[in-house]
Amino acid sequence: MIIGQGIPRTDGRAKVTGSLQYVDDFQPENCLHGATVRAQVAHAKILGVTLDPEFDWTGITVLTADDIPGENLVYLMTRDQPALASGVIQHIEEPVALVAAPSRKRALEAVKHVIIEMEEQTALLDMEAAESSPIKIFGEDNLFKKIEIERGDVDSVSGGRVVEGVYRTGHHEQLYIEPQGMIAEPRSDGGLRITGSMQCPYYIIKGIGELLGPAFEAPESIQVVQAATGGGFGGKEEYPSMLAAHCALLALKTGQPVKIIYSRDEDLRATTKRHPSRTRIRTRVGSDGRILSTEVDFLVDGGAYNTLTPVVLSRGVLHATGPYRSGAVRIVGRAVATHSPPNGAFRGFGAPQAQWASERHMDRIARELDLDPLELRRKNLFEEGDVTATGQRLQSPGGRTVLEAALQAAADLDDVQREEHPGGGGDSARRAKGRGLSLVFHGCGFTGNGEARLKGKLAMSLKEGRVTIFTGSTELGQGTDTIFPQIAAEELGIELALVDIAPHDTGQVPDSGPTVASRTAMVVGGVCQKAARALHEALKVELGKEGSFESLMAARERLDELRVESQYIDDGSLQWDDQSYQGDAYPTYGWSCSVVDLSVDLDTGEVIYERFISATDVGKALNPVLASGQIEGGSLQALGWATSEEVVLSEHGGMLNDRITNYIIPTSLDAPEMHTVLVEIPYAGGPFGAKGIGEIPMDGPAAAVAQAIEKATGAVLDRLPMTPERVLEAIAERQME
Amino acid sequence: MKIEFELNGERREENVPGMTRLLDLLREDMGATGAKEGCGEGECGACTVLIENKPVCSCLVPAVQVAGKQVRTVEGLETSDGLHAIQQAFVEHGAAQCGICTPGFLMMAASLCESEEPVEAETVREALAGNLCRCTGYQKIVEAVVEVVVDATH
Repeated sequence: MIIGQGIPRTDGRAKVTGSLQYVDDFQPENCLHGATVRAQVAHAKILGVTLDPEFDWTGITVLTADDIPGENLVYLMTRDQPALASGVIQHIEEPVALVAAPSRKRALEAVKHVIIEMEEQTALLDMEAAESSPIKIFGEDNLFKKIEIERGDVDSVSGGRVVEGVYRTGHHEQLYIEPQGMIAEPRSDGGLRITGSMQCPYYIIKGIGELLGPAFEAPESIQVVQAATGGGFGGKEEYPSMLAAHCALLALKTGQPVKIIYSRDEDLRATTKRHPSRTRIRTRVGSDGRILSTEVDFLVDGGAYNTLTPVVLSRGVLHATGPYRSGAVRIVGRAVATHSPPNGAFRGFGAPQAQWASERHMDRIARELDLDPLELRRKNLFEEGDVTATGQRLQSPGGRTVLEAALQAAADLDDVQREEHPGGGGDSARRAKGRGLSLVFHGCGFTGNGEARLKGKLAMSLKEGRVTIFTGSTELGQGTDTIFPQIAAEELGIELALVDIAPHDTGQVPDSGPTVASRTAMVVGGVCQKAARALHEALKVELGKEGSFESLMAARERLDELRVESQYIDDGSLQWDDQSYQGDAYPTYGWSCSVVDLSVDLDTGEVIYERFISATDVGKALNPVLASGQIEGGSLQALGWATSEEVVLSEHGGMLNDRITNYIIPTSLDAPEMHTVLVEIPYAGGPFGAKGIGEIPMDGPAAAVAQAIEKATGAVLDRLPMTPERVLEAIAERQME
Repeated sequence: MKIEFELNGERREENVPGMTRLLDLLREDMGATGAKEGCGEGECGACTVLIENKPVCSCLVPAVQVAGKQVRTVEGLETSDGLHAIQQAFVEHGAAQCGICTPGFLMMAASLCESEEPVEAETVREALAGNLCRCTGYQKIVEAVVEVVVDATH
């Protein structure tokens, strides 16, 4: 078996020798460096853009919205976001003009001498005031999207105790270690070649085609190549289209290659973040701890433009109950516009915010009804045949399995620790220890009919005894370039070393759909398995005989390429209604239980992580080393969100702590020792039973931390991040009571 | 200013303006793009290289400071005998994911391997705390470094 083996990643050697090329490692000849002139105010009328006459503009190109050859638009879901502001400024980091210069230094200097003449206007920055504000950013009510889900009649449920709570989360930065960057090069045939750090090459073609004008109507006129990409986590899903737009505009105007690499501070200030949220939950709970009814009001701040906000909202509301049944459910989700830099995709995509709230609310119920939080969860978790808020009947839900697996792992590790350190470490006078647990689920792949509409493609070829996979699904570190060859080699019964994966270059690979939504291994991996079968069939037909792929491959004498293309085809087993939000929201769900041990410094409020356990249902671990790597990395990102990662905003809605010095992500010293239990509840629709696992580790850890802090100190925290200041304040409040 | 130095065992010379960062000298003039820029202010460690076997953030070091010295980058870790033990361990443990922080971690770990004092497993996390990784949660990096460095220094 090649599947299920922790095979070292295929790009490992190139990564440890430094030979792999990331976008800033390319130095095309005659390459100019681009830089962006940004608004600096949240809301204003633009009166004009002028150049400082005192500055030496020799060799420098300046470009504004007036120079755009096509429509001033970076297309994503809607047609609202311009490539360069024209007429009106909607957020502090909005691009207004671009410059290109022979060196990065000159370009950055020139930016300071481009003058935006404007009339500043009152900005709307409070998401809770957005709908009723007289200031209009999007439509009449600043509402990007509203979703209502209703199951049963909440209003007719009576009895039990009513428990109400409000839970909040702030912005959260992906903080991939490689800042965003892009290169656009004019091609001799008039087309453009774009190379950069990105998750979704085909988004860029759709995103900038209209912007570049009639000459770029044919999709082939724009070729997009993914450079080795230094992390994405959603942050390189849609924003790279903006960067590509800017590079492309400058390259067309100058006729030269143009590179833009963001400095860390610009990347932090200008690129998309996780949506801040506010969730109100009201439940009725029977005296036996059963949830009788649930009402959720979920609000997220989309920022100044729509980007992917409606879909983030959708995933949020679809996870708003957490992995628990309820007698009747009403969920109302709203995503609003504010004059702040647009928020976008980030691992988990609304589900972490929603389940931070649902898990904290479970703890509130336990607190108010004096129930054991663990027993409360056991009593209400989804069981076989239970129905979700959208009416989806669950098959093999894994909540109980992962919960018990995590508790078992914790007990086993406790035994080891007791043996190694008999009598060791209880609370000290100034440090309180606590253990917390959380339980979450996560829908794998696109919501509802998403995959059926998209029909992701993947091609596979055989030539001279080697198989090559062609896919638009990108390698971000998560392992596409290893797992897809594993799937193909396993299916074809050949050695892994005989399988290659083509560069993720739209000139060579079909559109497999974006590399997002925990869909690559499960959905596109399934198409990869199908393509391998199709290649075997095609080889049989070509040779006119039966036999194993390996034997037929050896018998093939032709030197040309034998190529097949497969695509996702909806088998009709999922029923989803986008209007009523009822039906099968996702093909399947993953399940995860986090158990965290920590201590709280009672003098400083600092939370010190000691041990972290995740038991996560992955369907089938195609490569256990890569799978546990996803879970460990995602969990630490969530632990950072829990306690240290806070975006501090200025009065203009800009990020004040725009450096790694003061936006604090965990180091190896902050990170706990991690133990990952891979639970395998197979999904028949995924390759070899695999489910998507990229996002689920983001959903649960923060709530487990909050529970652990509560157990250690009694302090109740319902807002993320739980910074030392907030922890101290919550401890003080507890002592006042 | 003209400087001479040794890069991965090879003698190099270059004319560098006074304020050039070592990172830019390596990446732009020497073609050694293995060292990466993640923050430009010595916080992330992606640009870590060794000067006389001491790890430094090359984004904070003026290039002229390496005059007459030995500089090692990730490109110099592999020898004719194959990958350095720490490179091999990173591949086998899954310690590299996106790979952008990997050269910095490898150089930090390589300097630990050559430490004159024995390195204990318990101190590895502290030794690596100047290098940031956003993909792995550090677990597999720490395992790889412990496996190689503890042995190498005892």
